[in-house]
Amino acid sequence: MPSLDSAFSALSDPTRRAILARLALGETTVMELAKPFAMSQPAISRHLRVLENAGLIVRRVEGAKHPCRLADQGLKEIDQWLEMLRTALSRNYDRLDQLLAEMKSKGEESQ
Amino acid sequence: MNKMTLKTEGDRYIVVTRHFAAPPEAVYRAHTEPALVQKWLLGPEGWTMPVCQLDPRPGGKVRYEWANSTGQGFYLTAEFIELEPPRRIVHVERMHLPDPTPDNYVETTFEPAGEGTLMTMRMTLPDAEVRKQMLATGMEHGMEASYVRLENEIFAVRV
Repeated sequence: MPSLDSAFSALSDPTRRAILARLALGETTVMELAKPFAMSQPAISRHLRVLENAGLIVRRVEGAKHPCRLADQGLKEIDQWLEMLRTALSRNYDRLDQLLAEMKSKGEESQ
Repeated sequence: MNKMTLKTEGDRYIVVTRHFAAPPEAVYRAHTEPALVQKWLLGPEGWTMPVCQLDPRPGGKVRYEWANSTGQGFYLTAEFIELEPPRRIVHVERMHLPDPTPDNYVETTFEPAGEGTLMTMRMTLPDAEVRKQMLATGMEHGMEASYVRLENEIFAVRV
């Protein structure tokens, strides 16, 4: 089980999210991954290392190539739960905003 | 300004922050008066809280029961540990799904921030087994929407 903290911080970077988006289409080599980004292969490799250490992707060796793919389990398990929590809390606090506004206008009426 | 942040702290805690356009006194009341709590602490769309009991003093008990239109439901019990109106609440809670989940210690603070309040809530992260139970029980309503958002945010980024 990778660290939840490292998975979360790995997901906080837009380039790494874009890499995950590309990998969602299927296994890809580092060279192919680097193409759409204005970035060198070593820079992409650094991002891949972060994603790998966070348990979000898996790399295998195929000659000189190192194709990457999504590590489904790590990503799904953590994100499903955190997204469920985020959704529930966001809805709660949006409702609380409304309630606080009502409390304020009632307080002003009674003064 | 009102945007919520949700971060993990190590493997054991979750820290949530949220700004509210009301003073700490009002936000604290909304967390400790049953008639107010019942209006907002409902989770995903489609749920109501038919039972909302709470006794806001150290050792005081809490019981929240949620229900949805298909007749599903679950409940939460908690005890208050410390209350410092209007700045801080510490409580311990567990969900009954129907088996109780492990105790979750939650500390909520309300700090004045500009004209409003910065709320910070620090809670214990449930283990993988409990996360699975929570996903399976009663949370399905919010799931579809969150899957869609997850896909939009993470998987559908145009490259």
